Amino acid sequence: MTKANAMVDQVNCSRNAEGVLTVRLRGAWRFRDERPAPDLVREALTAGGPPTAIALEGSGITDWDSACLIFLQHVCQLASDSDVPLRLEGFAPGIERMLRLAQAVPDRTEAHREQAGGSFLARVGRSALATLDDCKKTMSFLGETVLAFGALFRGRAHMRLVDLWSVIQECGPEALPIVAVISVLVGMILAFLGSIQLKLFGAEVYVADLVGVGMVREMGALMTGIIMAGRTGASFAARLGTMQVNEEVDALQTMGFSPMEFLVLPRMIALILMMPLLTIFSNVLGIFGGAVVGVLMMDLTPTQYYLETVKSLTFEAVASGLIKSVVFGVLVAFSGCMQGIRCGRSASAVGDATTSAVVHAIVYIIVADSILSIIYTLTGF
Amino acid sequence: MQANEAHIRVEDLTMAFGDFVIQRKLTFSVRRGETVVIMGGSGCGKSTLLRHLIGLQRPAHGRVFYGKTDLWEAEPETRNALMRRTGILYQSGALWSSMTLAENIAVPLEAYTSLSTREIGDVVELKLALVGLAGFGGFYPSEISGGMKKRAGLARAMALDPEILYFDEPSAGLDPISAKRLDDLIIELRESLGATIVVVTHELASIFAIATRALFLDVETRTMIAEGNPRELLTRCPEEKVRRFLNRGNEAPLRAEQEEVNA
Repeated sequence: MTKANAMVDQVNCSRNAEGVLTVRLRGAWRFRDERPAPDLVREALTAGGPPTAIALEGSGITDWDSACLIFLQHVCQLASDSDVPLRLEGFAPGIERMLRLAQAVPDRTEAHREQAGGSFLARVGRSALATLDDCKKTMSFLGETVLAFGALFRGRAHMRLVDLWSVIQECGPEALPIVAVISVLVGMILAFLGSIQLKLFGAEVYVADLVGVGMVREMGALMTGIIMAGRTGASFAARLGTMQVNEEVDALQTMGFSPMEFLVLPRMIALILMMPLLTIFSNVLGIFGGAVVGVLMMDLTPTQYYLETVKSLTFEAVASGLIKSVVFGVLVAFSGCMQGIRCGRSASAVGDATTSAVVHAIVYIIVADSILSIIYTLTGF
Repeated sequence: MQANEAHIRVEDLTMAFGDFVIQRKLTFSVRRGETVVIMGGSGCGKSTLLRHLIGLQRPAHGRVFYGKTDLWEAEPETRNALMRRTGILYQSGALWSSMTLAENIAVPLEAYTSLSTREIGDVVELKLALVGLAGFGGFYPSEISGGMKKRAGLARAMALDPEILYFDEPSAGLDPISAKRLDDLIIELRESLGATIVVVTHELASIFAIATRALFLDVETRTMIAEGNPRELLTRCPEEKVRRFLNRGNEAPLRAEQEEVNA
């Protein structure tokens, strides 16, 4: 039997004298079987003018699953579209019940979503408005943070010291290994880079100055900031975002605790305290990395390297790096907490919040670094 | 396929987290087309038992059979094939939040059937209509209510026309009317599809409404202490704990024993 024949065999449409269209279904109606399309019935429906009624006859069905229900639903839809009464005959009780169930609740057409789209200008406008909205929210979060710090200084903030300690532990000591590895390597890279250039002038000993000043003024704070953005900023956003999803933030609010004071303050304070310490650690290890290269590859003695480094480092240089590190700490904590607190209530929203916390933090850090560098240059700090 | 054939069989199952035994020596079977309720107080291991049945947690001891296949001895492919014929409604729906309802339901269809995109769309619409959510396909899980999430989860569980449906606390977190509607839906599905249904719940109303048979897991003795039709268990179970449980903690006199004594 050919395919077409099998299909004709499965559905048989015939009309009697009163104009009743009888559609007989036979055989197996499952997804894995070959099935005719409902168009067959549509053709029979239109072929001889509208029938007075449609009778669906299903006593010949041997096997069925959702495929059969879908076909029947299409026929029901056809019948109601052309205002023809429809009756079911001889179907297994299961099929009839499922069909009734599927039609019990009418399709909520008003529930269908309208597609976002529109012209190019409309989309530009929408995204501009969204950016504006984003700026407003950032400003209001900034304001709330300042108010929370105000409450802290007046001694009225609800903040648990236990929380503060655990955050300090998490973003201070636990970050030491990664900061150490990156700083030593950055120090070595600076030394290599400098050595090639300085060799041209026979001034290898100034590698110590280059590494020392480079690390202390710039790279120590910058690298620590970026590490903390990826490590701690992401963790803040994910943590607070998940609390938002679990309604833990709501629970705080209804019990009269401000999430800003309870959750954001300890994180801000922890990073403000830890960032300078981590930066000092990073500076020391970076200089150590530079010294390794200087001593092993460039025939400088350790004493020479040490003396040259000490000579090059001024109090201003160290302080300028530490000021940067505090600013970076605030920025990382700010973007992490803001994205976490403003997170939506789903798993994907937590992912978005984490990503955007890291991206924002890194952008803020680089922008702040540039601004501070300009200020330092202008003031001669 | 016989109606009284054991569809799922559990033999001497012991569940444990490390050294901590949750339930031991569980032996029971679920027949084709039956609705079995696993009941018991909070923390007795109902949901853990479900995790063992659906292959999420390996038994410390004992075996789980689907027909003649041992779930935990089977090759991963066989196990996956078994699970494809099984639909699971998780406690809070467990819909994937980054997808719309329609996409949620379409995922198993796209992965495991050779249906065309149009046919998948038809199936998705049918399943949503069956759970009373026609027209909600474009919504994200975060935009609908808890009861709707559960029904959408059920639509996803039914996507592949499974032979076995598992329900984890179907009425938890629903108002009585929504819970009743979900119970009715479960009954309707059993009657029309002939599917085997296993429900984990402690909602008395649901237990009496849907169960053809119920198993009682006890917290203290850490094993199954009763099995049978819940209405009969209420009056005839020799274990007082079970009768109390089925009677909301109130005294439930033992009738059968009385009759036996009289006889």
